[in-house]
Amino acid sequence: MAEEVVLLDFWPSPFGMRSRIALAEKGIKYEYKEEDLRNKSALLLQMNPVHKKIPVLIHNGKPVCESLIQVQYIDEVWHDKAPLLPSDPYQKATGRFWADYVDKKIYDLGSRVWKTKGEEQATAKKEFIETLKLLEKELGDKPYFGGESLGYVDVAFIPFYSWFYAYEKCGNFSIEAECPKLIAWAKRCTQKESVAKSLPDQQKVYDFILEMKKRFGIE
Amino acid sequence: MSPSLLHKTETTMDEVKLFGFWASPFSRRVIWALKLKGVEYEYIEEDLPYNKSDLLLQYNPVHKKIPVLVHGGKPIAESLVILEYIDEVWPHNPLLPKDAYERSVARFWAKFIEEKTQPMWDFFRKFGEEQQKAIENNYEILRTIEEHGLGDKKFFGGDQIGIADLVFGMVIHMLAPMEEVVGYKFIKADSFPRLHAWVKHFSEHPVIKDNVPDYTKVVDFLKIRREFYRNSQQNS
Repeated sequence: MAEEVVLLDFWPSPFGMRSRIALAEKGIKYEYKEEDLRNKSALLLQMNPVHKKIPVLIHNGKPVCESLIQVQYIDEVWHDKAPLLPSDPYQKATGRFWADYVDKKIYDLGSRVWKTKGEEQATAKKEFIETLKLLEKELGDKPYFGGESLGYVDVAFIPFYSWFYAYEKCGNFSIEAECPKLIAWAKRCTQKESVAKSLPDQQKVYDFILEMKKRFGIE
Repeated sequence: MSPSLLHKTETTMDEVKLFGFWASPFSRRVIWALKLKGVEYEYIEEDLPYNKSDLLLQYNPVHKKIPVLVHGGKPIAESLVILEYIDEVWPHNPLLPKDAYERSVARFWAKFIEEKTQPMWDFFRKFGEEQQKAIENNYEILRTIEEHGLGDKKFFGGDQIGIADLVFGMVIHMLAPMEEVVGYKFIKADSFPRLHAWVKHFSEHPVIKDNVPDYTKVVDFLKIRREFYRNSQQNS
């Protein structure tokens, strides 16, 4: 049976990037459909009636929603190539814990960094750096969070690297100065084709953020 | 000793400990999972919120919260991560289906219900107009869960209790007592017939029935919480 894989996505979405990377790691051919979030397609609303959000992975007509659930699904269905989660249950649990930590912290803190100013932004920056430092500590001396090869936590976290330049410009700070090992990890990840072709250019993301700020009246 | 035994990192016979809080739905769902699988464990009650043990803080330095499962000395935090771990190490009476697509659906609902838990309690934490909004919000959430999540199934897991059932289980031991304290009931036979039937099936399950916190104790605990919220609101 021919496999039909469709990804409903939005180019700057770090969540969509996760699924792009997972699909690329496994060498899966799929159709990428760009959604206009101000004019969501009938397909998107039909496939994700609960959240009405991207990304949505559609495999042979059946939708999988939520990016980390998609990554696990991709890892389980195409399990014979480039495994993202280890087979050991405890290591798997550790991976899930840290991917969940990224989910709980990075997007919200990063958003506060570019959306706010003054005292509020200073607090957001501080918490954001603390979060990155904790992740840097968890990485330790390993080349990837997954060990010797790209794993689940790497896939969950690396998309946000495409937003780092935007965060730095908006927040007037340097992430590399605070977390050099993390930046080294990020650059290592982007050497991989699956990551390089899934992440947008950082300048393009920054331009997008500037447009968002204008649209929402944030200076 | 064979090399495979030397390299085994944990066995199902290793000691299991659970750090929890009697009223917490987050640790309650882990208790249910362990009981459903007949796993022996030592339960450690944490004195929340102001007197967390050193051991808890050592085992969960990132979030400093319960539940924490410790298996063979190795800690796991975050209830959904713990549930998946338990299901993998003790696969009998499975909490997740074997089919990858069905698993993604089960995970979706476990996550959805988990994310709605705190907002669902806003009707208990808030007053006046804010409470009204929270009540309307709850109707929306429950409607979505009933229509898209449960559908015509007996349990979210199908014929057997699954991971999403354990998460939704908070309605029987936390939402219900909250409803009593506030004086407002959501899940009724006429408002949510399928969820109403689910409540009956879930709470009558022999393992669940024997492992819920004492209802009166929860109501008394919540009455104090409600007063605390009322006072905070008046003072803000």
